[in-house]
Amino acid sequence: MQQPCYHCGNDCVKSPILFDEKNFCCHGCQTVYEIFSTNNLSSYYDLQSSPGAIPQEIEGKYDYLDHPDIIKKLIEFNAGNIQVVNLYIPHMHCSSCIWILENLNQLQSAIKTSQVNFPKKTVRITFKTDTVSLKEVVKLLSAIGYEPYISLNDYSKGKKKVDRSLIYKLGVAGFAFGNVMFLSFPEYFEVSDFWLEKYKYLFRGLTFAFSLPVVFYAAQEYFISAYKGVRSKILNIDVPIALGISVLFLRSTYEVLTNTGSGFFDSLTGLVFFLLLGKFFQQKTYSFLSFERDYKSYFPIAVTKISKIEGGVEEENIQVYKIKKGDRLLIRNAELLPVDSILISGNGQIDYSFVTGESETVAKNSGDQLFAGGKQLAGAIEVEAIKSVEQSYLTQLWSNAVFSKDREQGFVGLINTISKHFTWAVLSIAVVATSYWLMVDSSLAINVLTSVLIIACPCALALATPFALGNMLRIFGKQKFYLKNANVIEKIARIDTLIFDKTGTITTNKKASIAYEGMPLSNEEASLLKNTLRSSNHPLSRALYDFLAEQDIQTLDDFQEITGKGMHAIKANKSIAVGSAKFVGNETETETLATAVHVKTGNHYKGKYVFHNQYRKGVKELFQQLKKGFHLMILSGDNQGEKKYLQQLLPLGTDMLFHQKPEDKLNYIHTLQKEGRKVMMVGDGLNDAGALAQSEVGISIAENVNVFSPACDAILEAGQFQQIGAFIQAAKQTVGIIKSSIVLSFIYNVIGLYFAVTGQLSPIIAAILMPLSSITVLVFVTVLTNLKGRKLFKKL
Amino acid sequence: MSVMYVLLAISVTVAVLFFVIFIFSVKSGQYDDVYTPSVRMLFEDELVKDEDLKKEKNQKQILTKDKQS
Repeated sequence: MQQPCYHCGNDCVKSPILFDEKNFCCHGCQTVYEIFSTNNLSSYYDLQSSPGAIPQEIEGKYDYLDHPDIIKKLIEFNAGNIQVVNLYIPHMHCSSCIWILENLNQLQSAIKTSQVNFPKKTVRITFKTDTVSLKEVVKLLSAIGYEPYISLNDYSKGKKKVDRSLIYKLGVAGFAFGNVMFLSFPEYFEVSDFWLEKYKYLFRGLTFAFSLPVVFYAAQEYFISAYKGVRSKILNIDVPIALGISVLFLRSTYEVLTNTGSGFFDSLTGLVFFLLLGKFFQQKTYSFLSFERDYKSYFPIAVTKISKIEGGVEEENIQVYKIKKGDRLLIRNAELLPVDSILISGNGQIDYSFVTGESETVAKNSGDQLFAGGKQLAGAIEVEAIKSVEQSYLTQLWSNAVFSKDREQGFVGLINTISKHFTWAVLSIAVVATSYWLMVDSSLAINVLTSVLIIACPCALALATPFALGNMLRIFGKQKFYLKNANVIEKIARIDTLIFDKTGTITTNKKASIAYEGMPLSNEEASLLKNTLRSSNHPLSRALYDFLAEQDIQTLDDFQEITGKGMHAIKANKSIAVGSAKFVGNETETETLATAVHVKTGNHYKGKYVFHNQYRKGVKELFQQLKKGFHLMILSGDNQGEKKYLQQLLPLGTDMLFHQKPEDKLNYIHTLQKEGRKVMMVGDGLNDAGALAQSEVGISIAENVNVFSPACDAILEAGQFQQIGAFIQAAKQTVGIIKSSIVLSFIYNVIGLYFAVTGQLSPIIAAILMPLSSITVLVFVTVLTNLKGRKLFKKL
Repeated sequence: MSVMYVLLAISVTVAVLFFVIFIFSVKSGQYDDVYTPSVRMLFEDELVKDEDLKKEKNQKQILTKDKQS
């Protein structure tokens, strides 16, 4: 029977703790519940059921927060006895979280206020330093299951300034648009009332005044971008826009000053407003995600340095950057190694899956070299640094030129490709029409020239892309596929090669499927095995322990674990050996690459438990689906142990390369690109960081989107892995929609050009045609993308 | 002076006033997070009152005693 934990909602499989008539899966959850209920905060569980997280063990982890230098960098404001800190809380996910985090003062009276920014998953805490320190605040948060995530990144970044200029510009343009529209309304009807004649100068003067901030402030970016484009000899979409805006403004100003007409200020302000609206819509960002992470986001801020002093040892927290060659460091359980180092003492059990993609942990003995980025999994160890942080093997990857390159540079979107031809076409029409009118009626020539440039201003064209892409971006976001920006959709649509990493990408990190091969074990032996495994902390032992059937807990007569090899145990004169093939004395075992745990009881070899990687659901179907249109590849840092199995699983023609170092992956993709291929890389760990940066589109798979993901173009939640095909299809269709909307906007342009070339363009026609074309294109694009999105993702 | 000028002056003043308010609201950071306030405004004083708490505490003590015995 399922018994969800009252606090965290996990299934209390083993033995639920009954407390206060509620089930808890562990003591951690129960403690959090107790804290809340004794502090008047039990409504936490009423707002949302089981909103909590199991509090993690943090003993000693935040000791570095005592360091004044570190505190100074982390806090935002410090005056007298008040400090303000902004902390990122990955677990924040529901209204209960907001409520509890904003009621922190109930738990600690020295906290004055706490304010949550939910989209960013941060909480800003103001506290009094005379009674509570930053470390205690962090400890309090961790104790209630909201452990903040503090990394080297927080440390090195400066105080970020929020860019609100687009909102200001949108406000200015919207304000001016509304007022200008309202002031030019009387003139639309061309009535020659006495009062209109009398006041029209005032009205025109006012519209002119309102349009000034629009042209010189709100539309600024278009002029800058157009100028940059022309200077680098690229006719981007902003060139005709800037041209249109300036001609509109100059002609209108001229008309008003010479009293020859009312000008086009309404069209002008409307145009800028719609364009900015498109920009605003496209600007949707997932502020709680970071797409720019490098190793700094993974590394801790500080480590414990051990220095020998007279009469003992002294532990001291030092900043990671201050680690020097030869420093002795203490790495606790589940901590990351910040530098390449040599193991001095302790039981080294390093998980390199993040760095190399190797799924198995590596046992290390004293004297072995350890690489930065590995995670220690078996208790505390002492190491000696042999390099500084920047010079370590892993961090050197970031000195590759790929990481300093601007990803957006060199990418020419569909619209800018079209706009090149478009601009030339408009300019030649303008020249032809003007020279025709110069011969026929030269008084109209200037009128025609300006009209052509005004009407050809590609407002609808410029709006189609941001709205189509922005809308698709939102649809993807709902499917838990988070893109860095809207351009990524266009890039996805051009892909022809897909490369997958193996470990953590097409396999899950969590579960391995375990199979037993060999002679069956008796009940007694099975019980002994389970009890032996219980005493070991090795990850394979833990996994196997969870896999085996429940047994009574017994005390072993003797237990011995030999690091990196296996363990011996004796119970009631029965002995058991569990571990590697060599360890149990199975000489017949040939070199196999699959991970296995061998078992020997007494003097008889019994068999082995083989660990297979657990592949994600739908891997086979996805590859079958993608086989048709794309070149598929597996680039893995792992060994070839799974090659045979993969060949069965995946369709023919899927290339596989193993033992790929991070640089190899990067270089391989680079070679493919030289052959003219457009590569999409799907990866997960730091070892893929180079490949993700080098590829056209780098997608990072994350089990938990809030925590770890290397720099990439898009983050995909692991559960949505089998949807990759659908996402690519949706991206292609989006580009198709943009193309058809371009045709639509051309039709409007042709109609408008007819009025312009024949010299009939009046302000009222411009005022109708421009918003009309913009709005139809906008509606067309939005409706179609929504339809496509619904069709593709309705299965879910 | 014509009433038209007065009316226009008033309408423009009101419009500019709202515009200035908008600018200030952006400046003060109201547009930085447009989601959380929508949740926050629904919270009332949800703290459990002291009397209930005492009851709960008593209950808990009984329960823990049960466990120990």
